[in-house]
Amino acid sequence: MSNKLNHSMSLAKPDALDITTKQKIALAIGVIGLFILTLALFNTNFPNKGLFLLLSLGFIAIGTIVYSREAYLTKLEGIKNDGQWFKSISSRGVWGWIVGVILTGFYIVLYFYPQYLGLGADGAANTRLISLFDPLSQLLSGRNASQWFVYGTLYTVAILAFGYKFILKYRHNRYQQIRTVSVMFFQLGFAFLIPEFMYVMNNDLPYYDLKSMWPLNYYIFDEWSVNGFLSNGNIGLALILFGIITIFVISPILTYKFGKRWYCSWVCGCGGLAETAGDSFRHLSSKKMSAWKIERWLIHLVLVFSVVMTTAMVYTYLGYDKNDFWLTRGVFISLVIGFLTLVFAGVMFFKGKELGKDAKYGAIGFFSVIALLLIMHFTGTTDNIFYVKAGALRSAYGIYIGSIFSGVIGTGFYPILGSRSWCRFGCPMAAILGFQQRLFSKFRITTNGGQCISCGNCSNSCEMGIDVRHYAQKGENIVRSSCVGCGICSAVCPRGVLKLENDSMKGRINPTEILLGNDVDLMELVNQK
Amino acid sequence: MEHIVIIGNGISGVTTARHIRKLSDKKITIVSAETDYFFSRTALMYIYMGHMKFEHTQPYENWFWKKNRIELKKGYVKTVETKSKTLHFAEGDTLQYDKLVIATGSKPNKFGWPGQDLEGVMGMYHKQDLDNLEVHAPNNKVCKRAVIVGGGLIGIELAEMLNSRSIPVTFLVREDSFWNGVLPEGESAMINRHIKNHHIDLRLSTNLKEIKADENGKVKSVIIEETGEELPCNVVGLTAGVSPNIDFIKDSEIEVGRGVKVNRFLETTIKDVYAIGDCAEQHEAIGNRRPIEAVWYTGRMMGETLAQTICGNRIEYKPGHWFNSAKFMDIEYQTYGWVFGDKGRPEYEKHFHWKHSDDTKCITVAYHKDTNEFLGINTFGIRMRHETFDKWLTEKRDVDHVMNHLSEANFDPEFYSKFENDILSAYNNQLQTV
Repeated sequence: MSNKLNHSMSLAKPDALDITTKQKIALAIGVIGLFILTLALFNTNFPNKGLFLLLSLGFIAIGTIVYSREAYLTKLEGIKNDGQWFKSISSRGVWGWIVGVILTGFYIVLYFYPQYLGLGADGAANTRLISLFDPLSQLLSGRNASQWFVYGTLYTVAILAFGYKFILKYRHNRYQQIRTVSVMFFQLGFAFLIPEFMYVMNNDLPYYDLKSMWPLNYYIFDEWSVNGFLSNGNIGLALILFGIITIFVISPILTYKFGKRWYCSWVCGCGGLAETAGDSFRHLSSKKMSAWKIERWLIHLVLVFSVVMTTAMVYTYLGYDKNDFWLTRGVFISLVIGFLTLVFAGVMFFKGKELGKDAKYGAIGFFSVIALLLIMHFTGTTDNIFYVKAGALRSAYGIYIGSIFSGVIGTGFYPILGSRSWCRFGCPMAAILGFQQRLFSKFRITTNGGQCISCGNCSNSCEMGIDVRHYAQKGENIVRSSCVGCGICSAVCPRGVLKLENDSMKGRINPTEILLGNDVDLMELVNQK
Repeated sequence: MEHIVIIGNGISGVTTARHIRKLSDKKITIVSAETDYFFSRTALMYIYMGHMKFEHTQPYENWFWKKNRIELKKGYVKTVETKSKTLHFAEGDTLQYDKLVIATGSKPNKFGWPGQDLEGVMGMYHKQDLDNLEVHAPNNKVCKRAVIVGGGLIGIELAEMLNSRSIPVTFLVREDSFWNGVLPEGESAMINRHIKNHHIDLRLSTNLKEIKADENGKVKSVIIEETGEELPCNVVGLTAGVSPNIDFIKDSEIEVGRGVKVNRFLETTIKDVYAIGDCAEQHEAIGNRRPIEAVWYTGRMMGETLAQTICGNRIEYKPGHWFNSAKFMDIEYQTYGWVFGDKGRPEYEKHFHWKHSDDTKCITVAYHKDTNEFLGINTFGIRMRHETFDKWLTEKRDVDHVMNHLSEANFDPEFYSKFENDILSAYNNQLQTV
């Protein structure tokens, strides 16, 4: 091991590289912005809330912008990872843990104790932090803020400010720039502004982030949500149809053409935060084989959970009698089972050989879902699955997956587990897209012949914990279900070995024994099996 | 069970071991005095720069070796006794082998400069060199200036490393332009400018005369041969090339020259003893290659080949088309086929050179002046596809074909600006004026 002292655990002099005076000032400005929010949180009643909110968010943005310009524009274009494993905040040092604890605490309060943020109960006026955001919420949608509005605003500010930083960091790389503009656009427009405007136009519609798909927005098929849409005439019906079409039609087409990156690193809000504010933590994801094994079990369990949960939810509010509505419980359960069987049979027929050992696990997963659904249907306990109310299942999913996994752990643990632990271990949407990416997609990361020097920059910077080098050093393309196509492995490669591209399905997965550059006869002898 | 002992856990030795394991059940032991586990030598620089930690430079997790029944022994081989097939370690113990693979790599060159063994003088090759640098150059308060002697690939990497910690660097290069023994003039000149843009004090046509010590035996300054100027510094990096690390076999019966002499089957003059990688020296050079190839890729290819031979399929080391790559600070470099600098260029080799106005991208295409056959390409700042060039070289395409189809070889990330049209029109213009 390096005999360098671990600076990162020292508070007094944590960083091997000093920041400039200008950066210190920028940092101070940003901290003042955060301090205003903290004061509001601890019940400072600001006189002119709109002004102070503007000051606060403005300071945070200006601080980040000035800091980033000083960090990147004073140097030549290129890879800017100097000292990332020395800096306390980005190497699980004291600052990393402090930020992790604060973020985690914030998420716990946000999800479970919004009254401490100042949410007014039962129509009472907001206080504390949430009241600070009232003027902005009034401006956008004419209602007072909620904890979700506060969260959404801060989330959007983070993606915009750190997105700017990221664009400067990769100012030599157009793929990174365009991708980042895309996530900034979708966050600001689709996740933040459009739902507010939709509320202004029709305040009965449930909140709907058009780019968020089931099962990521697991609540879209909840009874209140579906009723909310259906009671709003054509626009509501159109929205819920759009929700169904995105997951069953649009997403498969786009994933076939571009891989799951079209969503995960270009559109998705969770991904957007990970790629911008989370960029300084991407290298912290574990690349161990053991982590990969946990990942494969966990993410697919969450997927199974979400499928069963959603089916059960929809099931409970459907009727028996087809005279009321054509979609009865029986029809619905048959549709679900039919669809799953079709997918399973299709995969086994076309891709069974590729899957090998994994096929068994896939089959186990598939049949357990079917069994659960059938038992649910035929035990006749209308609202129960194994005597657990579907409603309870739904709220368990909401708490444990929707809140704790995706929020508290997924984002709160950025400085500890890396920026995409939710996307990697938990997101059921990522599981579906990944499944398709691995089997039916043109996307791959091409390895450039024999040029790999096994340095490990690619694996180190993979936020999804893929050991990219494992493939690259064998001259093998990277076709992994978890790859979100962020392109950083390709950017940091010092030898130009990796290229993200969409090409034909043929020869996409190309295991080799002997790499390009060696004796042609030997390559033929060994590589053709 | 036959016991294969490999001395050296670098890319050559480890590749051999992995492929022997794929092909057979033989007992395999890898000996190293440097580190417990295989790591990527080319990545050492990134540890000092803080991009990675040491464990990230290890391509295989620690359980890999046991799972694949590859035994690892830490020890320094002092002598090799080929009659009794025994290795004697500096620690006093011995190890018997049935077949021996020497893959001990290189060591930094020292040319007898006064003061070259002082404290604070180091190469940048072994893990120990990195540890040493961390001691003597942790930051720019302890190390107020570093002087690098020798303008090659390791020299410029060391400059980049020190630069990452804001340590002022003076870079002494014997030649009148950076690495121009290998690079054609235009490319070498572009890299000179790039080095200076990073605020590195590049001194061309400059030699080291001596290194001076302070009262504690540590580096105090260097004296420049040409001007007699004394440069105060705390660290001196010696990066004037490498040579085979084979002192421990000089007394054995194995024939050595500069490296361990091997035939095309990578066999030494002693039965059951092989040598691969940086430390092997071919009796006769293969094509345009040098007799000693100190390159990552050739080490790996020799390992792939030797594993076949050891497992009963005796084959020659027959490398395909030459390729290599490097990175000069922020500028990536790849080469396919042969492009010579001014030195040693065959008289039939002609060049087409194109450089982008931003001074960070250029290519040089070499072709035969009589037949127009495409001979090779150097590319800076534009990534190109290995497979495509390998194919074109095999098909012996002419230079017109390559220039007209250059976009097929582009390997830059999506959305990058493309320069093939610029390059092609420059190429066509040049032909008209000639």
